[in-house]
This record gives sequence, structure tokens and C-alpha cells, in this order.
Amino acid sequence: MSDSVPPSEVDPFRDFQASCRYDYLLPYLVIPVPNPSLIMSTTEKDLTGTADLASRLAEKEAEVARLRDQLERWRAKYESTSTRDIGFTTISGHEIAPLYTPLDRPASGHALDEIGVPGEFPFTRGPYPTMYRTRLWTMRQFAGFASAEETNQRYHYLLDHGQTGLSVAFDFPTLMGYDSDHPRSLGEVGVCGVAISSLQDMERLFDGIPLDQVSVSMTINGPAIILFCFYVAAAERQGVPAEKLRGTVQNDILKEYQAQHAWVFPPEPALRAIVDMFEWCSEHTPKYNPISISGYHIREAGATAVQELAFTLRNGFEYVERGIARGLDVDSFAPRLSFFFDIHNDFFEEIAKLRAARRIWARRMRDVYGAKNPDSWRLRTHCQTAGVTLTAQQPENNIVRVAYQAMAAALGGTQSLHTNSMDETLALPTEKSVRIALRTQQILAYESGVANTIDPLAGSYFVETLTDQLEADAEALFDEIEAQGGVVPGIEAGWFQQQIANSAMVQQTEIESGRSIVVGVNEFTEGGADVAIDTLRIGPEVEANQRARMARLREERDAAEVERTLAALHEAAADGSNLVPRILDCARAWCTLHEIRDAMEQVFGSYKEPVFF
Amino acid sequence: MNDERKIRVLVAKPGLDGHDRGAKVIASAFRDAGFEVIYTGLHQTPEMIANAAIQEDVDVVAMSILSGAHMTLFPRVREMLDAEGGEHILLTGGGIIPEDDMAALAEKGVGRLFGPGSPTREAIAYIREWFETQGERV
Repeated sequence: MSDSVPPSEVDPFRDFQASCRYDYLLPYLVIPVPNPSLIMSTTEKDLTGTADLASRLAEKEAEVARLRDQLERWRAKYESTSTRDIGFTTISGHEIAPLYTPLDRPASGHALDEIGVPGEFPFTRGPYPTMYRTRLWTMRQFAGFASAEETNQRYHYLLDHGQTGLSVAFDFPTLMGYDSDHPRSLGEVGVCGVAISSLQDMERLFDGIPLDQVSVSMTINGPAIILFCFYVAAAERQGVPAEKLRGTVQNDILKEYQAQHAWVFPPEPALRAIVDMFEWCSEHTPKYNPISISGYHIREAGATAVQELAFTLRNGFEYVERGIARGLDVDSFAPRLSFFFDIHNDFFEEIAKLRAARRIWARRMRDVYGAKNPDSWRLRTHCQTAGVTLTAQQPENNIVRVAYQAMAAALGGTQSLHTNSMDETLALPTEKSVRIALRTQQILAYESGVANTIDPLAGSYFVETLTDQLEADAEALFDEIEAQGGVVPGIEAGWFQQQIANSAMVQQTEIESGRSIVVGVNEFTEGGADVAIDTLRIGPEVEANQRARMARLREERDAAEVERTLAALHEAAADGSNLVPRILDCARAWCTLHEIRDAMEQVFGSYKEPVFF
Repeated sequence: MNDERKIRVLVAKPGLDGHDRGAKVIASAFRDAGFEVIYTGLHQTPEMIANAAIQEDVDVVAMSILSGAHMTLFPRVREMLDAEGGEHILLTGGGIIPEDDMAALAEKGVGRLFGPGSPTREAIAYIREWFETQGERV
């Protein structure tokens, strides 16, 4: 091989020269190897002999030389054959080599124990020592529509069909902190999620579902602290004490400003409310996750895998720093921080993303934030297949997309998973399509064999190289975020939003130019138009019923108690004391979502985003 | 027709829906196609959108709705445009909108709506064609 060929990512012999430094032999030579036959047959005594070391080194050199010969022969064949005229890259745009070999990963400079074992620092191979051998991932389908009663029925249906956790989808008014009878809620009540405006609605939502036994995830952010208090109060009315609650509230406001845009308050008071929850939950709900730091929405809004990885983890560090700044011991709240990632089309990149995320988080938590409890280093995550990859054209194809994505999530070591339904680009999913989506997970878990061994792709030259690459790329993006002054200044300047929008535009251009093929959309478009998909429709009666119910609630409750608890909340918002106990009192007094929001908004103000495109 | 005049488009996000990926992509594509584009930002009421359309004297209002509230929001904006002297303004858009609903909205004076997977060039061609045949009358 010529010395003039520079190592590059597109070169099939990438990093070949670097690999000739024999660095990769060092781990074999300097660490005691539990299974010496992995290296060569030898005895304890031989290890001490210098002459033996020299001969073993010579043998290894010969082995590498033989591999180099093999690769040169292969390279000659590769280069003399034409390849398909497409860019071979990850979705994040990384060039992918045609072949990865044992020479790739050692060249990246990592030691063997960087990969490590599952359940141990740096957790590359999984957050727990036994993973799916002890317990499969939680199959958790996100659901919510119309009224609390109708959604409650869907939850019973899902639990009856073997789902093992619940996940609440709220309607837009609830997500934004508006009651069903607020003027801004017009036309949106119960339409793309369930309408929850008070403790009463929350109680109906979980009617007959024991909250000490079923873990519940709630996707709510701007007014998360309020819905969390409704939930705690609903459990209380079931006779379930807070310390028994398991589950998660999304409560990740930073990604709302960056991507999903369901905010209420400006960043600083919003972050204060989140730290209030860290503080309260660390004392009262030891099994509950007060936040799910989410890359999902960042990715769906257009980000690449690398941007998703870096922005999400950096947001996580921000929450940790805010908790520490409050004076909390990092180990008092960090073990309950949870994550949520998108699982997109690029199979190997998504697997590598989850592996890289765990390693980056563990390192930072231990080495930068001084966490001592291994639970603080352990990144646990929920995943959802990528909604944005579903197509309205030939919708049955989506079943296949979702299945591949689900497999990537399992191979990446997720703790829970939502699989999208095939009809979600058309409307809310029907029971049939939700059942197929759940069955997809069950086939994966019980038939495919992927759950039999832990992190089966570890040691793959490609996957390990990709994991290293994603980690390095994320670190570079962390530096860029610091150059913006950090997360909040980056949001206020619109930097994150612009980065994400730019990536979305690039992807759209790729699809429209045909460089990126979407089956059934810009290629292989014949057929499929005859597929009739039943769509679930939400009638106007849902909004009317909710309005009537709100009117009754306002009639029936103790107005003086409402006023008293709201005034106490207003005071807490102003004097900086923890908001959770005050909001719980409001919830118990049947104050509505918007009344509680309003009491805080009077102190906190509301958020206005920088508008651009 | 007047070749000099650029087509003015208001890209709008009505209601509480924060999913603005499509709105931003289509706004950029319209701009690249030579339209003059104004983007409202998020969480606009029908009143705010109609007022902005009249004040900015646009030819077209393009709304992006992924929240399922299209059957309420499109007719409201149409009514308000008509009430404020904007009968000539084309109201079009896109999002997660079932075909039956597209047909029902067309009967209420809403223009063509574009579902998921539609290429931006289709929306651009539609607006150009509308402008050449109808828009130039105003």
C-alpha cells in the first residue's frame, strides 16, 4: 500500500497506517487476560519471559501482516469493481467504509475495557448486568384521545393484550396548560390526545387501574409539574401513597424550546420548577422518574442522529448543573433522571447512538459532576420508533419500517419501547393498528432471539467504530454549544432551532432530488392506493362534554378553598419555595389546570420564541 | 400578468400545535422558489392569521396543521379572511389531513391541501398556477 494514501473515512483501508503502530497489541501484552487462549496458548510462567514476549510479538506481527495481505487483495478486487452510484453514509452524513476490520477499532485509541461489561461503567453494553435475561423491555404504547373515559377504555384494552406499562398522550390544550373550556382550546379538545383539566379528569383516566402496580409515563412538559400533581393526588384518592408510584413524567422543557414547542413559562422559571420536582421527588417518590430527557422530538423536528445525541445529553447536563446549583447532592436526584430517544431508519447508527449515549453520560456524571453512586452514571432510556419515517403512501409498509426500528432499539439496549402504528400519518391509530404495533414488539421479544444475549453487536468492527465516531461527534457539538454560551443562550438566540431546521431542509432536498429514496413516496410508487385504512375520528361532542363537565366542577367545588390554595401557590412562586406541595393543594381543591398555570404565570411571565425560518 | 410582481405568501401555524418542521421547510422552499414569504411563528389564532394576511397584503395564506384541528381552523380563517376583505386570498396548506376532510374543506372555499410526503415543488406549482389564472385579477 502506498505511503501517499492519506487515511480517510472514505478510504476502504481507513486508518490502515495508524493501525500499523501495534498500539492495539498493548492491551494483550500488559493486562492479565482471564482467558489466555483468546490470545495464544501459553502458561503463567511464559508470561514473564522476555524471549517469549518477543516471540509472541513477532507472531502477532506476522498475523497482522497476513491480515494486511488479505485486505490488500480484497481492496484490489473492491476497487476494480463498480459500486452502486449512491452516497454510502449514515443519516448523520458520515461516510461509511465498505468494510470494517480488526484494524479499525484499535486505531481509534480506545482500550478494550472501554466497551466493558453490561451494568458497569461506562455502560456501553447496557445499563444492567443481566438486561433482557431478567426482564424484557417494557412494551409501552403511547395512547390518549377524546375524554378520560374513552382513553381509560383503551388502557384497559392495551393491558388486556399484554402491554406492560401505560403512556399518556395529552391533547394540545392540556400540553399548553389550557382548560378544555378555554377559548384557545377551541377545536382541539381531545383531538390528538386526552383532555385533562383537573384532578377529576385524572381520576377518571386511571379508573380501575391500580397506580401502585402499573407504571405510567406522561408526555407533558410546559405544565408538567401540574399534571404530575394531578397524578400524585389521583393515586392518593386510590389509597396509593406517593412512594409507591412508578413511572415517568417527561418534564423536559429545554427540548420544547428547541424542537417541540409546547412551552408555558420562560426558561429560567421553567428550570426552577423542574429542580423543585427533582427535590420533592427525591424525598417522596423514590421509584418515579421526574424527567425524561428527550431526543425524540429533536430528531423528529429534523435533527440528525448526532445532533439528537449531543443536544439531548447536553440538556441532561444542564438539568444536572441546575440541581447542583440548587445545592442538591448530585446522587440524590441523578439516579432518577431518565432518557427518551428516537429510533430512526439507520439501523446501525441508531444502535451505536444508544451505546454512545450511555458511555458519554457515565463519563460525565462520574468525572465532571462527581457522582459517586453508579445509579447516577447509568443511562436508562425509553425509545420510540421514528414517527417521521412513516409514510401516508402505502401505509402497510410502515409495519416493516417499525419492525426494523424496533429491532435496532432492542439491540441498542432500550429499557422500554413504543412502536408506532402504520396509520399514524393519517390520523390517530385504530385498535387494530395499535395491536399490530404491539405484536411487532412481542414477535421481536419472543420469536426473533435478539433478547437471548446481551449487546450482541459488541465487538462488531463497524458498530464499535460507529459508536466511537458518534461519541467524538457529540463531544465536538458540546463545544459548539459552549461557544453559544450554553443551552439557554443557544435557545434564546434560536441557534438550536436553526440547526434543526437546516437539517430538516437538507433531508427534504435529498428526498426531492431522489438522492434519498423513500419507498412508496419517491420510488416504487405503484400500487397501495387501494388500501382502506379506517381512521379514528374525534367528534365535536367530546369538546362539548368537557365544557359541560368543567362548568359542573366550577359549580361543585369550594370556591374559598380554590382561592386560598391558588394564593398560596402564587406566593410560593414569588418567594422561591418549592412549588410541588402548593400545587398538590391546588389539585386537591379541584383548581383547574389553567388556574394553576395562571397563578404561576403572573409571577413567571410567558415565553415568546424567536421567529425565523 | 405582471411578471415583476412576486407572489406574497403568509406561512402560518394556527392553533396550539408546535410541530413546525413542515412550516419551516415549506417557507424555505417558497422563498427559494422566488415567493415573498412571511412566517407567523407558532400558536396563532385565526384572528391573528387573518389580520396578518390583510395587513401584509398577501396573495396566499398557507397553513400547516398536524394537530387534527383542521376542520375548525381552516373554515375559521376562511371566514375571517372573507369578512375582512380578503376573499381574493388563496387559503391552502398541509398536514395530517384525511382525504375526506380535504374534500369537505374544499367545499368551504379552502384550496388544495397537501398531505405527508408531498414534494414542495407540487405546492409551489399549485400556487404559481393559481396565481397565473386567478391571482392576477386582483
